[in-house]
Parts: sequence; C-alpha cells; structure tokens
Amino acid sequence: MALSFMEGNEALARGAIAAGCDFFAGYPITPATTIFNNMLNMLPPKGGICIQGEDEIASMGYCIGASMAGKKALTATSGPGISLYSEQLSFAIGSEIPLVIADVQRLGPSTGSATRGADSDIQFLRWGSTSGVPVIVLAPKDALDCYVLAVHAFNYAEEFRCPVFIASNKEIGMTRESFDLDSVTLPPIVERKMFSGDSYLPFEAEPNAAPPFLPIGGETLVRQTSSTHGPDGYITIDPDVIAQNQARLREKIHSARKRITLFEKDIKENSDTLIISYGVTARAVEDAGKTLESKGKPVSTLTLKTLWPVPEELLIETAKPFKRIVVIEMNLGQYVNEIKRVLCDKKIMFYGQMNGVLITPAKIMEVIENE
Amino acid sequence: MNSYLNKTRPSVYCPGCTHEKITKGLDKALVKLNLPADKTVIVTDIGCSGLFDTFFNVHALHGIHGRALTYASGLKLANPELNVIVTMGDGGLGIGGAHVLASCRKNLDLTLIILNNFNFGMTGGQYSATTPTDAIVGSEFLNHAEIPLDICAIAQSAGATYIDRCSGHDERLPGKIASAIEHKGFSIIETLGMCTGRYTKKNPLTPKALDQMITDLPAKNGIIEKNKRPEYGDRYRALAKERKTFPEAVTIEKQTDLKNYQQQEVVILGSAGMRIVTAGDIVCYAGLCAGMNVSMKNDYNITVLRGQSVSEILISPEKIGYPGIESPSVVLALSDEGVQRRKKIFATLKPDTFVLKERSVTIPETNADVVEIDFRKFKIKKQDWALASLGVMAKKEKAINKAMLTYALKSRFNEKVYLIAMETIEKMI
Ligand code: SF4
Repeated sequence: MALSFMEGNEALARGAIAAGCDFFAGYPITPATTIFNNMLNMLPPKGGICIQGEDEIASMGYCIGASMAGKKALTATSGPGISLYSEQLSFAIGSEIPLVIADVQRLGPSTGSATRGADSDIQFLRWGSTSGVPVIVLAPKDALDCYVLAVHAFNYAEEFRCPVFIASNKEIGMTRESFDLDSVTLPPIVERKMFSGDSYLPFEAEPNAAPPFLPIGGETLVRQTSSTHGPDGYITIDPDVIAQNQARLREKIHSARKRITLFEKDIKENSDTLIISYGVTARAVEDAGKTLESKGKPVSTLTLKTLWPVPEELLIETAKPFKRIVVIEMNLGQYVNEIKRVLCDKKIMFYGQMNGVLITPAKIMEVIENE
Repeated sequence: MNSYLNKTRPSVYCPGCTHEKITKGLDKALVKLNLPADKTVIVTDIGCSGLFDTFFNVHALHGIHGRALTYASGLKLANPELNVIVTMGDGGLGIGGAHVLASCRKNLDLTLIILNNFNFGMTGGQYSATTPTDAIVGSEFLNHAEIPLDICAIAQSAGATYIDRCSGHDERLPGKIASAIEHKGFSIIETLGMCTGRYTKKNPLTPKALDQMITDLPAKNGIIEKNKRPEYGDRYRALAKERKTFPEAVTIEKQTDLKNYQQQEVVILGSAGMRIVTAGDIVCYAGLCAGMNVSMKNDYNITVLRGQSVSEILISPEKIGYPGIESPSVVLALSDEGVQRRKKIFATLKPDTFVLKERSVTIPETNADVVEIDFRKFKIKKQDWALASLGVMAKKEKAINKAMLTYALKSRFNEKVYLIAMETIEKMI
C-alpha cells in the first residue's frame, strides 16, 4: 500500500479536478491560498483556466461569467473574502449559476487571525446573501473529505444550478496528512442538464428543479440577469411569476434535502449520549468516543458533512433513542441553534471554543463526563 | 442582418436621453461588422445604461453595479470566440473602478462603452465620479467639494490599448463603436451624453455643448501606440500551454516494516531559515516509508523570513483522528523563538519524552529526558540543525529509525541533495 501525503487544500483542488473543474478564479488569502496555488499548477496542463482576480468581487465575477459560458468554476477564500463575495453570491443564487466556493475558515470576526482556525462562518454561509434562498454547505473533517466533498459539491452545483460551499477550516486546509488516494471511490460525475427542445426560455423549469442550461455563446441566444425575472429572463413584476420563481429556488434544494444529506455515524448500544459535530472537531469527538468506550462509558457520534440544508430527518431519526444530545463546535454556538430548532423536545448541551486552537478530545471528555 | 434590435422590447428612455442614440449607434456598429448574434454578448450592470442588454437580439448578461467587466472577462476567457461588449454608466465606472483598471492592464479583448451623462439618472440625479464640480445635481453641495475624473486619461496610464471619446450625438458614433469592437485587445469608448430626466433640468447641456466638451478635453482617437501589446487571452493561452506537467500527488510506498510501533508525536521548535518545515516533512516521509499514517501542522509567521517556525507531527499505525499534539514523545528545541511559542508544553512532558536541546537554547523546566547537543561542535550550520536532529532521533530510535530516515530522504530529495543530507545525518549517527 502507498499512502498519499497532502494538505486539505491540495486534496480539495484534486477533488475539483476529478470533478471536471476547468476554471478557477481567486484572490490570495490565508489560509485558502494553497487551493489557488494548486489549481494554478493543475489546471493549465489539463487545458483549464486559472486566473487571479483584482479582488474577491472580481474573482466571483470571473467565475460567474465562465460558468455561464459552460465551465465548471471553483473559487476559494476565507471569511473576509466571503464578505466580499456576498453580492455576487446573491446573484449566483438568485440567477442559478453553478459554482463551487471553498471557504477555508479562519478565526474572525473581520480580519481576525489569518493563521488561526475556527468554524467562524457556518451561519454566515447560509445567510450571507440577500433574500434567504437556501444554499448547500458541505463540511469536510479531513483531507480525504476535502477530496471527496469537492466532487459532491460540483455535482450538486451542476444539478441544482447553485453555488455550493465547502466549509473547510485552516486546521484541515493547511494540515498535511496521509490518506489512501487510490482506494477512494468518488461519486459518479453529474453534468449540468442541457436544454434540448425548440424554444428555450432560460428560466423555465419544473416546480422543484433547476432550469436546463444553455451556455452564453451557443447557437441559442441566452439571457442571464441579476434582476427579478420570469422564465424568459426579462424583468418581471407579475406577483404570480415572482412567487413561483421564489418558491422554486427554495423547493429545488428543500425537496432534495434527504438525498444530499452526507454524514457519518457511530451508534453504540448502551449509550445514552449522542455527540453531534462537524468539521475538524468531529475528529476530536471520535477520539473522545473511543476513549470513553474503553472506559466503559460508550457514547454515540454523528458527524455532519452536509450542514445546509439542515438534515432534519437524519437529526430527528438519529437522536430519537438518546437522552442527552451534545453539540460541539469550533465557535461559540452557531449550528447548535439549528439542532435545537429541529430537536426541540430534546435536552441539548453545547460546548464551543473560539480561541484559535483545536478542541481537544480531553476537553470533550470533560464536557461529557462532568455534566 | 440589418438590425439587431429586439422589436418586442423597444427602448424606454426619457425623450432626448442620449442613451437612445447610443443604442442605435451600437446597433449600426453591429450591422456594419455583421457580427454573428450567437457569438456576441452584451454585458451590462445597473442604472439606465444597464437596460442595454434587453434591446438587442444577442446573448445577454445583466449583473451587479460596476461588475460588468468581471463577468465579461470570465465569458471571454471561457469562450475566446465571443464578441463581448460591455456598457456602463458613470455610476458603474465609479463603483467598479478597480475592474476598469484591471481590464486596462490585462488587455483582454473586450469593448467597454461608457455612457457618461454626469450623474446617476435612475436613483435621482446624484453626483457620480464624472460630475463637474459646479454642476447642480441631486446631492446638494457634495459634488462642489470634489472634482470629476477623466477616465480616458486614467485608462491610458493604466495601459489601455484603445481609447476613444466622443459625444453620444456624434454622427461618427457607429463607426467609432465598430472600430473599438474590431480592436483586438481592451477598448474603451467614452461617450458624453445628456440625461434629460435629471441632469439637464438644472444644468444647461446641449449636443453642441457636448461637442465643446470633447474639444476641450485631450483628444482620444483609438489606438494608444505606447500601450500596444499582445491581447491578454492570447498571451495567457501561450503561457499556459507551456505548463505541460500535471503535478501528481506525493505518494510514498511502504518500504520498511515496524513492529509494535506506538503513536508518536514530534514537535520541532525552531525559527525561520532553519528548514523546520522541511525537517517536519522528512519525519512524515519517514513515517510513510514505514506504512504509517502521518499528519503535520506548521506554525510560522506571516513574514516568512523572520520569527518562529514550529512543526507538529503525528505518526501512527492507526488512522489519525484529532490532529493536534496531546502528549509529545519527541521535542526538538532548536531556537528560543520556537520554544517561546510552545513554552507551555514543557511542564506537561512525561519523563520518557525525548527532548533534544541545542546548547544555545533555553528551555523551561521539564521532567522530560533532555539531551543537549552542541551542533557547532559538529560543524553543523544553523540551517541544518533540524536535519541533524533527525539523525539523532534515528540513532536513538525516537519516533524514527535509520532505515526510515534513509528512505525518507531518498523519497524527498534528488540524488545530489540526498547525499548532502546524508553527510549531515552521518555526523550524528
Ligand atoms: S433618467 Fe436620464 S439616463 Fe435615465 S433614461 Fe432618463 S434621461 Fe436617460
């Protein structure tokens, strides 16, 4: 057996390439820069394009343009860059432009700490755009996940014609680790559904699906717009048309929620506690779980890899037999609010930490054992 | 084709608005060039000029204020066959200034038509980046404290290869737009116009006055000789084409067997310039050569040539969970800066932790097994202390052994560097 050795950011870039990504635009920012560096080395030999934008807003604009020409586009940044992406994100969400956005999170707020990890942006990614349209956010826990989730992210972006976030973290992106790259089974690649028919209306779609795509620059003329539009892509003020489109933007993701729920769980018989976590924290939770089991105090664990849309069915079903639910996050409590909302009849305990260092398995055991 | 105008979506501008003239001028230019509609895209942003994309039977992308050039660039890079035409008002010019500058510098083959009517028409005639200081606009006194910018002058200094400026009422407009589109590279054409809905209500402006403004401003008639250079897309593709080798992942074969290996946690504390990260890498390679799982976190200053450099490595027969250091088995204390960065760990070290301390380095009190080495005595330069320490670790079989280290150096370096590295290692073994 031969193990590969790379940081999460490189793994994410390799996953993107495996997914067929052929366009990257970004702006350097620690701790996401090495995704850019990797794409810059990987895309040209494959005939893809890799560009440095004059700023984050431009980088997103380049990706939007390229995606509308039919490319599979990736960009990568950290919290301060997501702030700048916001207006373009709203455009991509509302106008159904497929994109993958890696957010290698760092400790905020604002400039915060460039080289300190935290899961700072979990609610920001969901709500950092106008109108509250649902988005898809995936959370890797290690380099292997970065590789695999990048493929899922592109698949979802293509299928649902929306931006998909990969909520990585400095502690994953810039940590180099070994994994068996050759034995990974990637999900089959999903391509954008192309329109085939006679009269193309760029936003005509089934009530819970994305519209079929045609590229700008193809034989059929295509309109794209950031304004409120009808199926024809022209501005509309018709309340029924507006309502239908808003509902569809929501439904296309909501109705697929179960199918896009990615997770790992380890349910131990005789345990009354379920620990829910995501990201790099999940690794400490799993280690704590092992130690607790060896002490004869088994706990069960649920590691979420799809954070948005909230995997409500999974949460309800998994939590059912447990007396105590513990949520651990590398922030002061963001996703726990979703879990409290979904598991409203359960007692939810929370531990969070926002000090630039990883939550240790020892800390998690202390939380579990002392409460 | 004799017109590209969309008959079902006629222009909706206020009577007398110059945008109407420019719409017709652009149409005539397209007709003149006979551009294929399906290979042409109009990219617009916000404001009255942002309605342009709706009037034409070509591809269209209408985006966010000031950002039109960013979409246009993405489209053009993705599909170099496209004729990409961008319209932008003086509002978009102000808010998207960075993109205008970048487009001038890049020289990607786009055509930017600026519809300068000296104010924000759509939102109520507020002042823009081009409003004259003494104009009376919807911003009370604010514009009286600023000066307007001359985008043509700016574009020239930013490297634009084609700049033209004319009144929107100029009969030569279609020809001028056509020439700008034909230019291979980034072309800017600034049109001056009247916003009859807002600006001209309080400011006397006539086509004649616009002509006078053009005469008074420095002349711009197209190609800028001194900025002449290859188009960005062509240049990019030529450069990218030379990059032929796809960087495959670093993959290390298992080459040696270890019996009863327990998880090891190695912390290397040093400074910039001491090749700490490389040493950390080598420790990881050593683990991988023995078929172990590894993980490594590095901590160094953002000013890379100064300050601490710390590498934290886990080597484990099991899949690695928590990737942080909990109980180090080896600590290499190679600089005071590095030690300061992790000074708290020393008190927690167990008696069987192996600490290698360079003679010049001070460490806090610890129960660990401390070995002091004077690398200077071995005639080893500071930049090789970390590497030499690996030799000590291998000799004492702390986390790695000599076979692992040898395989690691062979995998990590080319033959020449390997031999030099081995020389340093041998001094310690
Ligand atoms: S407000 Fe000004 S720019 Fe807008 S349509 Fe009317 S005249 Fe033209």
